[in-house]
Amino acid sequence: MDTAFLAGPRPAAGLDVSRRGFLLGAAAAAGGGLLVGFRRAEAAESGATDAAPVNPLEAYVHVRPDGGVTVLSAHFDMGQGSYHGLATLVVEELGADWTKVDVVGATGNTRAYGNLAWGGTAQGTGGSSTMVSSWRRYRTAGAAARMMLVAAAARAWNVPAAEITVDRGVLRHGADRRAGFGDMAAAAAALPVPAEVPLKAPGDWTQIGNGDLKRFDRAGKTTGRQDFTIDVRLPGMLTAVPVHPPRFGAKVKSFDAAPAKAVKGVVDVVETPRGLAVVADHTWAAMRGREALFVQWDETGAETRGSDEILADYTRRAAGAPDAWARQDGDLDGALAGAAKVVEATYTFPYLAHAAMEPLNAVARRAEDGVIEVWGGLQNTDTYHQAAARTAGVDPSRVRMHMMKSGGGFGRRGSPDSDVIIEAVAAAKALAWRAPVKMQWTREDDMAGGRYRPAYVHHMKAGLDADGNLVAWYDHIVGQSILRDVGFPLPDGAIDQISVEGSSTLPYAVPNLSVGLTTTQVGVPVLWWRSVGSTHTGYATEAFFDEVAEAAGRDPVAFRLSLLAEHPRHAAVLRAVAEMADWGGPVPAGRHRGVALHESFRSVVAQVAEVSVEGGTVRVHRVWCAVDCGVAVNPDVVKAQMEGAIGFGLGAVMGEELTLTGGVVDQTNYDGYTPLRIDAMPQVEVRILPSANAPTGVGEPGVPPLGPAVANAVHRATGKRLRRLPFARELG
Amino acid sequence: MIPLNINGADHQIDADPDMPLLWVLRDLVGLTGTKYGCGIAQCGACTVHLDGEPTRACQTPVGDVGTARITTIEGLTGAAAEAVRAAWIEVDVPQCGYCQSGQIMAAAALLAENRAPTDADIDAALAGNLCRCATYFRIRKAVHLAARTLEG
Repeated sequence: MDTAFLAGPRPAAGLDVSRRGFLLGAAAAAGGGLLVGFRRAEAAESGATDAAPVNPLEAYVHVRPDGGVTVLSAHFDMGQGSYHGLATLVVEELGADWTKVDVVGATGNTRAYGNLAWGGTAQGTGGSSTMVSSWRRYRTAGAAARMMLVAAAARAWNVPAAEITVDRGVLRHGADRRAGFGDMAAAAAALPVPAEVPLKAPGDWTQIGNGDLKRFDRAGKTTGRQDFTIDVRLPGMLTAVPVHPPRFGAKVKSFDAAPAKAVKGVVDVVETPRGLAVVADHTWAAMRGREALFVQWDETGAETRGSDEILADYTRRAAGAPDAWARQDGDLDGALAGAAKVVEATYTFPYLAHAAMEPLNAVARRAEDGVIEVWGGLQNTDTYHQAAARTAGVDPSRVRMHMMKSGGGFGRRGSPDSDVIIEAVAAAKALAWRAPVKMQWTREDDMAGGRYRPAYVHHMKAGLDADGNLVAWYDHIVGQSILRDVGFPLPDGAIDQISVEGSSTLPYAVPNLSVGLTTTQVGVPVLWWRSVGSTHTGYATEAFFDEVAEAAGRDPVAFRLSLLAEHPRHAAVLRAVAEMADWGGPVPAGRHRGVALHESFRSVVAQVAEVSVEGGTVRVHRVWCAVDCGVAVNPDVVKAQMEGAIGFGLGAVMGEELTLTGGVVDQTNYDGYTPLRIDAMPQVEVRILPSANAPTGVGEPGVPPLGPAVANAVHRATGKRLRRLPFARELG
Repeated sequence: MIPLNINGADHQIDADPDMPLLWVLRDLVGLTGTKYGCGIAQCGACTVHLDGEPTRACQTPVGDVGTARITTIEGLTGAAAEAVRAAWIEVDVPQCGYCQSGQIMAAAALLAENRAPTDADIDAALAGNLCRCATYFRIRKAVHLAARTLEG
């Protein structure tokens, strides 16, 4: 289960692959070559040894007989560059030739691919944890493979291993001995696994931290050759579109399939756990068949409230006392009562859709050998595997999962209810497995199909003493619990840390600080959305801090720095962005600047936004961004993720809002739900702070500071505080 | 049967004339580089060229194509196309890559008409192409780089 990652304490960076927990192994591959990998030692506690060789389902690195290297990725790539990152770790230590490197998604063995950031007990990708989990084990696998190849060459040439060099897939001794990896792979596979596998010293790195390195997988993304799940084509494959109830929680009461089946190309209408599916020869026929279908819904249990009602309720409750406390330092009430000045504000956040470019989909079939095969964006890899097996009614060992790259994700491909995976398998099973089925949600299904960033209200108060010192801070958060909504059992009154992360971890030194939570029960399905809790806590805390700094008559950067003595990483990142933007220096006429700082997923990011406001229209011209993410494995990927996060975050605060009327989602496509377009994209400058620490998150941490940095700049331009998102609501 | 010229090759398509060109290309012809994103001409992922003009395949009934030459990402060639692809690789534009077929089709069409586009020209030409990864900053850089390459 993913519980450890989601609910448990987050382990420190640089997770060790110790011999106690994971065993290094190697073997000959069935088709030839050398496999090196790890497994979780099942009997570690009993002290038993596990000397068996790794099997292909446990490998991280396959040195192929043709000399190429296949990296088997434990992590899903939704565009964030995880495949490239893992390949970089392997190439660095192995000395492989980038032009012969391939990465494929690996599945089906938790013992090998369990996410170390989640305790190693489940394979999956999320929480910006790919590098955290992989940093040691993929480098170690690459280094072990190299040692074994060198040992094989040393034996073949009868020379000392120390005299053999490795460069770009070639082993050399002196001027006359030379062999490709493929020539030595079989011999290497017969050798013992090295007892000690030293890793390169950082000063010797040529790939890790190399800012000139380009993503190895970019070419296929310029020619149309990169295949996603939507592009999977199998012999005899049918395409299905889902039929979901218009209101969350409703069920099929009755339906008449005849008009749908009368549409040319429609093969069948089948029942699925969530409704129905129209199955056809191709996508268009399925879509037309669905238009003709008549369904009556049983809406007894359905959510019928609109988002305005839901948020009005939240606002009322936010004004009252919280149900539970996430953090209580000092004496808040006393400090507020004794404060010379109290600042108070309420911040309101809408539901948000992930709206990834590739709508949700999955492909399922029963192969000739009886194994159930599933292709999809397998972010919750193990959970989906189990769900596919359960739905098919087979043992998990009879399920083969194919991890595809996805056209974005932003959290939506990691739904613990395995929604689209189950739908694909259920549809194929309902057809008695007579054909492979691609379950393809349309844009409308994707947008109105639930699993949103929850709506939240934050009621904030701060107290300043007579000298302008921040003596009290109160943050009451009201909204749904993601963990509870996706089915993780939380006892009543327990804090879902995801609801408060970023607020309960406020870095500023405030002697009297209370963060409260009121968890609501709403029938709108919710989920993690790029940067999760920090999507709202980052905004509420950093926009409110700006209000407090203004009340204190202090500069926003200087005031923050004065309260960050205990957080040197935060202070360094803030100083860096202030220097980049020449904070306090001259600003072009008509432009205004705001700053924000936030830690998420173990990384710290600060941003300065430069805006102009004309006739109620906010334009963000420039954003400076400083990030401390530990060692930047791929600096250019880190920069790309920061740039993308800035555009993603800007689109959200400017205009994204998912609303419901009477329980029905109002926005069904990109006309009503409006991510950022190129004409609103600012210039971005990113600085990565040098660090010797193990890598921390990159995919998500660029999002949270952007909204408050822009809001704080807009306040300087207009005097108006943007406390209800999106800005279009306040300024429109 | 509907005759189509796709990437220089003649095809006979057995489809309802109302069927969008997008689904003809993807599901019947097997050219999957052209992507489905919205179905209502809001995202640009399905951009193809009809006689060189960028066109939303999702809103183009196959019966309306007539004798227009269809170019998809798989068949996109020529100086502008090569410059755009090379620039996309040099600048490392793609993240997930899903929208990039459409972005490249739109960028190549822009450069075929305007060899020295400004930021405003690029924004205007590509504002119909959504990128949820928001690679826009690099798209602008890459279009400028491609333009410089074409100027030689």
